[in-house]
Amino acid sequence: MRDLLSVDDLDRAAIEDLLDLGDDFVEVLGRDVPKVPALRGKTIGLMFYEPSTRTRLSFDRAAKALSADVLTFTVGGSSVSKGESLKDTALTLKAMGPHLMVVRHRATGAPWRVRDWTALPVVNAGDGAHQHPTQALLDLLTLRRHFGKVDGLRVAIVGDIRHSRVARSLAGSLQTMGSSVTLVAPSTLLPIHVESWEVDTAGGIDQVLGEVDVVYLLRIQTERGGGEVFPSVAEYVSRFGLTRRRADLLPADSVVMHPGPMNRGVEIDPQVADGPRALVTHQVSNGIAVRMAVLFRLLTSEVPE
Amino acid sequence: MRYLITGGSVLTESGPEDVDVEFVDGSVTRLEAGIQPDEHQVIDATDSWVGPGFFDLHTHLREPGQEWKEDIASGMAAAIAGGFTSVVAMPNTDPVIDAGHLARQITRHEPIRVIPSGAVTLGQEGTQLAHLDDLWAAGVRLFTDDGYTVADAGLLRRAMEYVAQLGGLVAQHAEDPGLCRNGHMHEGSVSSRLGITGLPAAGEEVIIARDLKLVELTGCRYHIQHASTAATVELIRSAKHAGLPVTAEVTPHHLMLDHREVESMDPVYKMYPPLRTPDDVDALRAALVDGTIDAVGTDHAPHAAFEKDVTFEEAPRGIVGLETAASIVRAAVELDQTSFFERMAIAPGGVLGEAAGPIVVGSSDLVVFDPEAEWTFDRPRSKSANSPWLNQRLKGTVTQVFTRSGLVSTDEEGES
Ligand SMILES: [Zn+2]
Repeated sequence: MRDLLSVDDLDRAAIEDLLDLGDDFVEVLGRDVPKVPALRGKTIGLMFYEPSTRTRLSFDRAAKALSADVLTFTVGGSSVSKGESLKDTALTLKAMGPHLMVVRHRATGAPWRVRDWTALPVVNAGDGAHQHPTQALLDLLTLRRHFGKVDGLRVAIVGDIRHSRVARSLAGSLQTMGSSVTLVAPSTLLPIHVESWEVDTAGGIDQVLGEVDVVYLLRIQTERGGGEVFPSVAEYVSRFGLTRRRADLLPADSVVMHPGPMNRGVEIDPQVADGPRALVTHQVSNGIAVRMAVLFRLLTSEVPE
Repeated sequence: MRYLITGGSVLTESGPEDVDVEFVDGSVTRLEAGIQPDEHQVIDATDSWVGPGFFDLHTHLREPGQEWKEDIASGMAAAIAGGFTSVVAMPNTDPVIDAGHLARQITRHEPIRVIPSGAVTLGQEGTQLAHLDDLWAAGVRLFTDDGYTVADAGLLRRAMEYVAQLGGLVAQHAEDPGLCRNGHMHEGSVSSRLGITGLPAAGEEVIIARDLKLVELTGCRYHIQHASTAATVELIRSAKHAGLPVTAEVTPHHLMLDHREVESMDPVYKMYPPLRTPDDVDALRAALVDGTIDAVGTDHAPHAAFEKDVTFEEAPRGIVGLETAASIVRAAVELDQTSFFERMAIAPGGVLGEAAGPIVVGSSDLVVFDPEAEWTFDRPRSKSANSPWLNQRLKGTVTQVFTRSGLVSTDEEGES
């Protein structure tokens, strides 16, 4: 493995390998000194073209827990405002000597372009509404650590799937792992040509509540609810919000996940978000471990200590 | 200079004939078998097709205003390399060609013809009529807001009424702004996977269906630019069946490529209308063969390398097309010599009311095209090289181009 650009590049064995490694790094992160020297002498470049503090912090933490150095480029106060192109920025950052680039950009395909321009290994930290493979891996790690397996899980992904890189990566990798996926959204937020995804769909959360192991909620951009793609936030909640009443109808051992940041009271009831089913904080901590696994796999050929 | 073109299959008024062509002082002087060389420069056209120079209804020359992409001189050089002896320049320059003096500025008669088209609306802003009389007086016959769609049906109706009375035609780049907003590629299974907002096929079709009603209402001649979907083909077919004064063009790339190319996310595959589905490609090919689509139009759209060296969504739209058009059409569609020149030269000229016909004594615009010879597209004459076929081996080679200026094509060494 040279890059991590899309979950489509990962077969089941490759995913299992990264999750195994992720388990090891969860253990590392639980130590008194949560740090290993595995990537000492390596430098990771972080190119973040979107305000995405949590993903950037997670990669930063992962790199440092592996003793790597970090070069960070973010949009705030950078030359982007002066109109420097993505290519020029990538080449400038490359000249500072990183061994790998982590790229987040609002446009589909940006990490592929950076890989082609710099010839460095690249990790996609989210491109447009396309892919966010480390988010999918952290979700799979969270599920596997909770359920002991991913194969056979029934997962409902609820919300703005059309504009979501999280949904695209997660649905694809769940299919690779043998889970069954149902997309739940108003038709204006389901993907165009959803039939080509080979998944089930539902036009209301009530239709899936009784028969899911995982409810995966996506953040709803409330500004889309001004009549642009759904009539109002209240109407969205009435058909798709995970309210307390609905959460009570879930099977006893089912879980609730959310990639954050949450809109409490919109896609998820505040009490459900903080309740016993919610794995949200596990997702965050597992995110560091799985990103350590990815960086480690791309930059070494060793086995971890 | 006296030229003698021998051994070729010449498209004459009675079809392809094995005759020699004498070309002296800018026109064909003799057209008969067995002309003996007499101080002629002899051009051996064995295995080649000789016919009227290609005529492009859809060229972006970028002058004035965007000369880093292309200018009239480099655009004409690219046209000649591709066998074109006339090109219709689109008006989406800076400033927009919406008045007569601007149209006159970009008009050329030599070495090939650059024929200006004019905007339908002032500044292509879609709110007020452009200076249609003034443009007409400057020689403009085709009016289009190409790049944009005249979306306001009431305004388009008035434009059609006005242009019909003048005797011109209105051409439409059909893209419903509501359906296509923020779109970057064909809306379909590929855009769904990539998470890129699409332009649905319906975005083209609803505009054409609506416009055809306005053609009924106004009687204006109407030309569909770069038709790209199977349903558009059906709309054209039924409009022609109903006797409406409608013509249509298709680009070489829409005959050759489909939206699966965009899986690479390479900005070279970004164009509007976007690459559609394989079924659409099949329908377009069939329509060009049976004449439902009258003409090939290149939509030659130069962009500098740095402009395309960005992400797909940020990239400007379009590819260069003049130099590769004949080869790509030849590869995409099975056309005999007569039909090939019909689609590449005669019909497009006819759309503009030009007498672009077979070769006769007196013809000036002439191309020699070897349909089997291979070449490599590695030295673009255009200032821009945004083509999926850059550095590729192509079949079908333009060897000589003649106009009223004489032999205007250049050989491999760049000599005239
Ligand atoms: Zn156009």
